[in-house]
Amino acid sequence: MKKTKQLSAGLTLMAFGLGTAQAEYTLNLMKGVTKVSNDIYDLHMLILWICVFIGIGVFGTMFYSIYHHRKSRGHKAAQFHENTTVEIMWTIIPTLILIGMAIPATKAMIELDDVQESDMTIQITGKQWYWDYKYLGNDIQFESHLDEASEKVHRTAGANPHSVPHYLLNVDKPLVIPVNKKIRFVLTSADVIHSWWVPDLGWKKDANPGFINEAWTSVDKAGTYRGQCTELCGRDHGFMPIVVIAMEQPEYDAWVEKTLAQQKQKPDLSDQSSGDLMAHGESVYLKNCVACHQIDGAGIPGLVPALTGSAIATGKWESLDGFLRAGTAKMPSFAKLNAKEFAELMTYVRNNLGNKVGDTLQPKQTALPDDDD
Amino acid sequence: MSAVVAEHDHHDHGPAKGLLRWIITTNHKDIGTLYLLFALAMFFVGGAMAMVIRAELFEPGLQFVDPAFFNSMTTMHALVMVFGAVMPAFVGLANWMIPMMIGAPDMALPRMNNMSFWLLVAGVLLLASTLLMEGGAPASGWTLYPPLVLQTGKALPFAIFSVHLLGISSIMGAINIIATIFNMRAPAMTLMKMPMFVWTWLITAFLLIAIMPVFAGAVTMLLTDKFFQTSFFDAAGGGDPVLYQHIFWFFGHPEVYVMILPTFGVASTIIPVFARKPLFGYSSMVYATAAIAFLSFIVWAHHMFTVGMPIAGELYFMYATMLIAIPTGVKVFNWTATMWKGSMTFETPMLFSIAFVVLFTMGGFTGLMMAIAPVDFQYHDTYFIVAHFHYTLVPASIFILMAAGYFWLPKWTGHMYNEKIGQLHFWLSAISVNILFFPQHFLGLAGMPRRIPDYAIQFADWNMISSIGGFIFGASQLLFLYIVVDTIRGGTGEKVTAEVWEDASKHSLEWTLSSPPPYHSFTTPPTSIPTEHI
Amino acid sequence: MSKDVANKNIKLARTLLLVAVAMFGFGYALVPLYDVLCEWKWIERDRPDDIKKVPEVAYQIDRNREVTVEFMTTLNESTPMKFRAEKKQLKVHPGEYYTVNFYAENKTDNAMVARAIPSFSPAVISSYFEKIECFCFSEQTFKAKEAKIMPMRFVINPALPEQYKTITLSYTFFDNTEKSVKK
Repeated sequence: MKKTKQLSAGLTLMAFGLGTAQAEYTLNLMKGVTKVSNDIYDLHMLILWICVFIGIGVFGTMFYSIYHHRKSRGHKAAQFHENTTVEIMWTIIPTLILIGMAIPATKAMIELDDVQESDMTIQITGKQWYWDYKYLGNDIQFESHLDEASEKVHRTAGANPHSVPHYLLNVDKPLVIPVNKKIRFVLTSADVIHSWWVPDLGWKKDANPGFINEAWTSVDKAGTYRGQCTELCGRDHGFMPIVVIAMEQPEYDAWVEKTLAQQKQKPDLSDQSSGDLMAHGESVYLKNCVACHQIDGAGIPGLVPALTGSAIATGKWESLDGFLRAGTAKMPSFAKLNAKEFAELMTYVRNNLGNKVGDTLQPKQTALPDDDD
Repeated sequence: MSAVVAEHDHHDHGPAKGLLRWIITTNHKDIGTLYLLFALAMFFVGGAMAMVIRAELFEPGLQFVDPAFFNSMTTMHALVMVFGAVMPAFVGLANWMIPMMIGAPDMALPRMNNMSFWLLVAGVLLLASTLLMEGGAPASGWTLYPPLVLQTGKALPFAIFSVHLLGISSIMGAINIIATIFNMRAPAMTLMKMPMFVWTWLITAFLLIAIMPVFAGAVTMLLTDKFFQTSFFDAAGGGDPVLYQHIFWFFGHPEVYVMILPTFGVASTIIPVFARKPLFGYSSMVYATAAIAFLSFIVWAHHMFTVGMPIAGELYFMYATMLIAIPTGVKVFNWTATMWKGSMTFETPMLFSIAFVVLFTMGGFTGLMMAIAPVDFQYHDTYFIVAHFHYTLVPASIFILMAAGYFWLPKWTGHMYNEKIGQLHFWLSAISVNILFFPQHFLGLAGMPRRIPDYAIQFADWNMISSIGGFIFGASQLLFLYIVVDTIRGGTGEKVTAEVWEDASKHSLEWTLSSPPPYHSFTTPPTSIPTEHI
Repeated sequence: MSKDVANKNIKLARTLLLVAVAMFGFGYALVPLYDVLCEWKWIERDRPDDIKKVPEVAYQIDRNREVTVEFMTTLNESTPMKFRAEKKQLKVHPGEYYTVNFYAENKTDNAMVARAIPSFSPAVISSYFEKIECFCFSEQTFKAKEAKIMPMRFVINPALPEQYKTITLSYTFFDNTEKSVKK
């Protein structure tokens, strides 16, 4: 019922024109939370109304003609086929309108381009298929993956997406920024081209491998803002969302302190129960492996080998460990994982996904002597 | 080359018998028919892919296809529709109509004509075969951007080779059309007396010769980057992936005009006939077409506003793109002025043409909106652009191809199509196409990126409406298939005159020939040229 | 069709075919043309090959100006390396020479050939950022498990326009081992 109501409300709104649209029905561009996004919204509305106005003129004339100048009403065809004055007019007037549009557009473009005088810089690296954030001012660095709930639902046939809050628009670790500070973003990619877009900030920018792009924002209002990758980057392009949380300065400072402390903490290498190992292992798997090896470990025929019954996955754990750290031509190295994550992941893979090796691996076993950073 | 053209002085006036006729034919009408039927078949193949896409997007969650296959579908849908349906359909129309419109017996290079058709078939089949290959069909979007496209499985070299074949086919077709228009016109048919359709195709053919080789070059660079250690687009070797985008769009922007300029030509041919008035501003139409074609070469980077260009580049491409609105506006105003004070009737071809003018203009408006670089930072790569280019392709190019079908089928077959079913087809298509694409504007503005197989819950309603529109639109096209088959087999049984439409022979030469026309169109050049279209 | 028209057709077709072949060449010509346009900062950014070694010359040091230089490091395709700048940010005076050390380590048990590709933001900076010594001038080879400290010596030309106060220099390491074997 609710859906039908929303639909009819949406259709009514559509009939009344875009200007009256309510945010809930999302018929129009969002104003966003930055000065730039507001300027862009105004520019959007200006051009939209100019188009509506011209459209009414042209289509009105056409439909008047269609109604009155029809043979069935006995209208005899006039034979004129040119009129220099009219033709000059309808070349010059649009030119003037275009110049009128170009002026505010140029201003907005210059504003968007001015990244200097920033308060802090954040490096954004797009990867297949998650974002990596690095704060250049301090040492904070983390990966931001699609949240587990969405990950499970979109990979499971018949699962209900309506049950997941912010389905496909939620991440495990959001990007946190302070409000009212000019934040400069430097974007790049580690593999293919991605594009970083949060509509409320007013822009998107491509992340190109080997090159950097810059952009900036200054958020007026604390809140959570969501977006997505907008450049087709392969199979899971639709599953690498962006979440930005803008905080008041004191809260932000507290967050920085807490995050830095967490980052400095050595991974907890104490023994875990096999149930804990598997539960945590599933999380590691969902973040790092599922995109290729799939939720059931079946892989992709012809492209990605299955983990179910795989000789490497179920063989000696020491060689599996070495394999994961080294990577191959087709699989990246997962040396970035720590000993705890290795133990959890391997325990999970060896005893789930249709495998039954029966062993549990503890973090102490998988710790390397030089595992310091 | 000489082997292609020599000895066309055969004097038999009928086609060869049996299936062989269609394989070896050098007759412009036979080849035109082949092109049109092939394009129609590909329209349904590409349409089926679109149905897969809309079915997956009907509801949030993944229901039917794997995301990788979904990406293959969006890629193949675009490639099949562009290179298999729209472009060949216009080449088919050119084959059928240009010799008849300019008073020629046939195309200038009949054997090359045959070859370019069969190369097209080979190219499309090769492309389709990638669907069965290990790793699947290309899934990087029809733009084939590196480095993503280099992750394609076994299909990559085959897809690239098929692009080469399609390019060669298009170039040969274009050469043929230019040679026909330049050398085969009846003596009385001066350039500024040519029907608009001939003019727009002449300009389109030059565009094709200029851009198809550039695209072939770009994909060849992809091939050598992948297999021969070159680094055109690989940063690791000093290349730049963005360079590919520049080269691609240097081809790609004129390419979209290849699909729209002949559309303008057909609209300018049909509207005057049913308004019973000469086309308004013939010479300004010719100049506007040339202006649009010229501008198409200097605006390419408006497809790349978010790629990270210096501000000078952003502003230049924004201004240059905005300029396109002027000649395009002139065209729309001219069509409106052609209808003004006419004596209009609304047979199916006219209905499709009017819908074209209105809906193409809407696509033009969103095009203008996206030309504004800072605002494009929001629109880019969302469903807003999907809505935009589908408005300029489906209710524009496709509708005009339908209009052309209804307009000329009686001439081609000598039979009248069923007007009632034609009108039904029109109304179903015109309404459903808007249910299909209009909501996509909202989706894009609300923040839905393009090329995603699954989406957040807030996009669910409009996607469902869009999909419903898509299914109705898809199903409605079966009516067109029915009408084409029915008309070929006799249609309404009504005997059509040479003129078919009231006073059509005042507008263009093809209506002075019998319906269906003789196998060789004008064996002796006509002496008087109809000038009502001017 | 008369012989005369047929000949005209063939001639025109040949000419047009030549045009098509020339346009294929033009596609390739766009590659160097792109470099030229990049040089003008018209359509694109700096290109890796633009960044050449320059000799050390003495500039007038501008003590009144301070520019923040940020160093960004990325590993392409999760290349199994460690790679970082020993300083992430440096405040510099235009005209003065600085050396920053980068740390790179091959984490695999095999030899590796890798190349660091530099990129600047904003792009115009590349003309003012002069490198006297850099690991990005050529491919780097690493023995198994080898770690290196690689110095990068640079100066910012005092001609740098006033408005630039924060600039970023990024290095992305690409694993070229496979490519160099094939070559």
